[in-house]
Amino acid sequence: MYPAPFEYYAPTSVSEALSLLASNADAKLLAGGHSLLPAMKLRLATPAALIDIGKIAELNGITDAGDKIVIGALTTHHQVETSLLMKSASPLLSKVAAHIGDTQVRNRGTIGGSLAHADPAADYPAAILALGAVIEVQGANGKRTINADDLFTGIFATSVGANEIVTAVHVPKTNAKGNGVAYAKFPHPASRYAIAGVAVWVNIQDDIVQDIRIGVTGASDHAQRATKAEAALKGKPMNDSNIEAAAKLASDGLATMGDMFASGDYRAHLVNTLALDALNEAHHAAHGW
Amino acid sequence: MSVIGQSIKRVEDPRLITGEAKYTDDLTLPGLTYAAFLRSPFAHANIKGINTDKAKALPGVVGVFTGKDFMDLNAMPCAWQASGAQNNINTPRAIEPDRVTHTGMPVAVVVAEDRYIAEDALALIEVDWEPLPVVTDSKKAIEAGAPQLHANAPNNIVLDWHCGDADGTAAALNASDVVVKQHIVNQRLIPTPMETRGCMAQYNPAADEYTIWLTAQAPHVGRLLMTAFVFGIPETKMRLISPQIGGGFGAKIYLYPEYVAVTALAKKVGRPVKWQETRRENYVATTHGRDHQTDIEVGATKDGKITALNVTTYANFGGMISTIAPGIPTTLYGRLLSGPYKLPHIHARVVGVYTNTAMVDAYRGAGRPEATYVLERAMDLVANELGLDPADVRRKNFVPSNEFPYTPADNLLAGLSYDSGNYEWTLDKALEMLDYQGFRAEQAEARKNGKYLGVGFSSYIELCGVAPSAWIGLPNQGWGAGLWESANVRMHLTGKVVVTTGSQSHGQGHETTMAQIVADQLGISIGDVIVQHSDTLGTPFGYGSYGSRSAAVGGTAVFRAAERIKEKAKRLAAHMMEANVDDLIYEDGKVMVKGTPASSKTIQEIALQAAVGYSLPSGMEPFLDETSYFDPPNCTYPFGTHICVVEVDAKTGHTKILRYIAADDVGNVINPMIVDGQLHGGIAQGIAQALYEGAVYDDNGTLTSGSLMDYAVPTAGMLPSFETGRTVTPSPVNPLGVKGAGEAGTIASTPAVANAVMDALKPFGVKHIDMPLTPEKVWKAMQSGNGGKG
Repeated sequence: MYPAPFEYYAPTSVSEALSLLASNADAKLLAGGHSLLPAMKLRLATPAALIDIGKIAELNGITDAGDKIVIGALTTHHQVETSLLMKSASPLLSKVAAHIGDTQVRNRGTIGGSLAHADPAADYPAAILALGAVIEVQGANGKRTINADDLFTGIFATSVGANEIVTAVHVPKTNAKGNGVAYAKFPHPASRYAIAGVAVWVNIQDDIVQDIRIGVTGASDHAQRATKAEAALKGKPMNDSNIEAAAKLASDGLATMGDMFASGDYRAHLVNTLALDALNEAHHAAHGW
Repeated sequence: MSVIGQSIKRVEDPRLITGEAKYTDDLTLPGLTYAAFLRSPFAHANIKGINTDKAKALPGVVGVFTGKDFMDLNAMPCAWQASGAQNNINTPRAIEPDRVTHTGMPVAVVVAEDRYIAEDALALIEVDWEPLPVVTDSKKAIEAGAPQLHANAPNNIVLDWHCGDADGTAAALNASDVVVKQHIVNQRLIPTPMETRGCMAQYNPAADEYTIWLTAQAPHVGRLLMTAFVFGIPETKMRLISPQIGGGFGAKIYLYPEYVAVTALAKKVGRPVKWQETRRENYVATTHGRDHQTDIEVGATKDGKITALNVTTYANFGGMISTIAPGIPTTLYGRLLSGPYKLPHIHARVVGVYTNTAMVDAYRGAGRPEATYVLERAMDLVANELGLDPADVRRKNFVPSNEFPYTPADNLLAGLSYDSGNYEWTLDKALEMLDYQGFRAEQAEARKNGKYLGVGFSSYIELCGVAPSAWIGLPNQGWGAGLWESANVRMHLTGKVVVTTGSQSHGQGHETTMAQIVADQLGISIGDVIVQHSDTLGTPFGYGSYGSRSAAVGGTAVFRAAERIKEKAKRLAAHMMEANVDDLIYEDGKVMVKGTPASSKTIQEIALQAAVGYSLPSGMEPFLDETSYFDPPNCTYPFGTHICVVEVDAKTGHTKILRYIAADDVGNVINPMIVDGQLHGGIAQGIAQALYEGAVYDDNGTLTSGSLMDYAVPTAGMLPSFETGRTVTPSPVNPLGVKGAGEAGTIASTPAVANAVMDALKPFGVKHIDMPLTPEKVWKAMQSGNGGKG
């Protein structure tokens, strides 16, 4: 509970943060601190320097950008959970944020920090994949974007560069007629992280599934899409038998991991079970039921 | 109206709610230094050498010490050496010099200007380890060829203890219509008080005296053990203060290596030293609870009368012996195995075992939850085997209410008898609160729709108000002292009353309930009474708070001291009123002439006369100041029935508690709100054992459930609203008629929940699953069953 010594910087702009990142070997970015600080207190992480980006105002806030919503990296889970804009125009992330930790965690933890940390059992990754969100990052050479599908590369690993900062998440609006979203989660009783979590976005027109994306978290080393389950529904009617058949494919091909609370086999079963719940809920939402 | 039985708001709460209460970690002293312990990463290893040079050279480090620096101190004492048969005691030293037997044992300590520097220095200490083979499971540890932990304990056996009648039980089992056998695991738990352990010590060289602030449930005992047994110095050379304590659950009764080390260091470095445990340390180095592996054989007649119970338990003690560990699975477990039932024959064998795990000692309930779990699972297994209603089987076997005091068969309780009880009363009350018939109909209907509801019963007794000194100290019981309790009551010149007690409060609300006892006795305002405790300076010796003993034993001492104040007040009033003392009565805070209430003296007027001493009867000493040492003639035996209703999700195996009903009888109640609070907390902890908590070691002896991210202490959102009912059967053992309420919830709730889950799984043919009943275990059991078709 007593971290090793470290340097501390509190830049007020992204460019200042980037130059600090470039000039300090073994530096870590600090946002809400909910993953990094516990690791430091146990001395599992001993960064030489912390660059606290919490004072960079340009990274905070939720903005309506026409056909999408731009969420600054420092936006807290609580802000996402309670944003009226998010709830009305793209409610999946609000629903997911409500499942994260507890009130204190949601008041401190940030969306950029969560995605950059890429905890295999975090909630946001499933939703980011289901929404096909775009992650905006900034480095020495300026800004670039990463598609959600390309973000998570392994356990606690992303395609964000070592000297890059996640600056925003671009989320499509899902409030057009025929769209439905849902998140189903089975939490660990101690940590409240997902033993398994399944997020769904479905677009149904004339009773046929035009597009569907399913994100799965908690069950494998990083969040992934359930592409076989998606394929089983795309272009087909969203009826009970098709949903059930698709749900059974949700864990197909997933390299599930086990721990002392839940085995890999059980996690695979949970993914299918949660997929059924989430698909049904998204189906209902798409019809406004 | 009497203040006894009133839900008076706790006088402790304003300081707790406003954050003004001072815990050990809030305290500081001029020149304070900070200690940090280097702990073994190995569960079993020899220490071949330690190099502290680099650590000592770090700026800000005051000193670095290893085991050889503490060899002038004795190892910790074991204060309850139960079992005369075989009892190989190996207790820890302040710092282990040669060898460790579980992960987390201290092997070096750094004292520094702040805790951060101390922790930095720990990383610079070089230990030459020789790892040894590891065993963590108690049954594997006694097998041939298992790693041996202590040379004086062949096959890792601490003790091999029996109670009851082996031959009579075997014969009765042979003659039974049915015999049900089951292997039952009561898993290891981690107590997890909100406040971890802590200690601050100061040495005064001029007086050669120590003052220590320590998170202690038993301050006087802690001082006694530390001075007389470990340091070999007069008890009077140490003052021990137990500040505000954030929960103990048993784990803060004991003397621990770190306390001894910090106290010795205060003298070595010549400055005060403080250590506050981190949560990680708390999980690996503070005592754990439970960890039994048990085989039962229970015999019954066809109509569900139990004929005999035979129990064999392997109790895991950990790598060393904690302060009172041997008494828990013996006296407080084996002797309680008759529960609320009239069992004709009982036999229990308990094998205590060393393993490479943290020490196991009393944890809330301490032996009685384990005994109740065994019995209440047995009742359900018998009911299931015979196709009988589990409530009926319990009712059929209860000790009848007209047979008290009741002495369990086969001298199980070593000479004691249950004081009073009416077990059917709480069962009936709980069944009525549930609407049992209505529930069974609802359950049958739900099953048709693939919804699996279950109801679980737990009828229990516990043994509280420990204990008659001459009983607990019997040669084969092994307790090394008495178990009476003390109180002093003084009424000052101003009419204000100061109560000091040897008892200790770490959340129980003694400052409120003991004030209620005095206010009621003396007929004064509760605001005129202050209760002081937890400091060896200024309080009479007492054995501390555990075993739900403070009201029944400590409260009675308070009652009796107040009674003596009244007697003296009457004698002084007789002198003041020139009346015959036999004509006077004490009522409503006044001494008055019988039948002539106008002729009276208030207790405040009498206290003033007693304090100034101007005119006292011949031979009377001034001041109203009385002390009582109460040694109870028997323990007390609270009882009750808890009922849990669950729904098990067939898709995931997740258990949801729909209702939780508790009908308890704790004797007379001093403060109903405090009793309810105790029950609520206890029920939460017991539910947690059934569904959530479990300490897990891997094969290397590393605690994999080593943090609150892994070890599932329940939050409010995981628990239902508790429905509490109460019957009152006063205890004849003490004048207050109280029994004790601190552990009842924990004792009763675990089997109620487990039985409810098994009832829900009955259509799947599932009879028993070991705890914690995690969703995966339950789901897998449902898969291997017959699909829920009954």
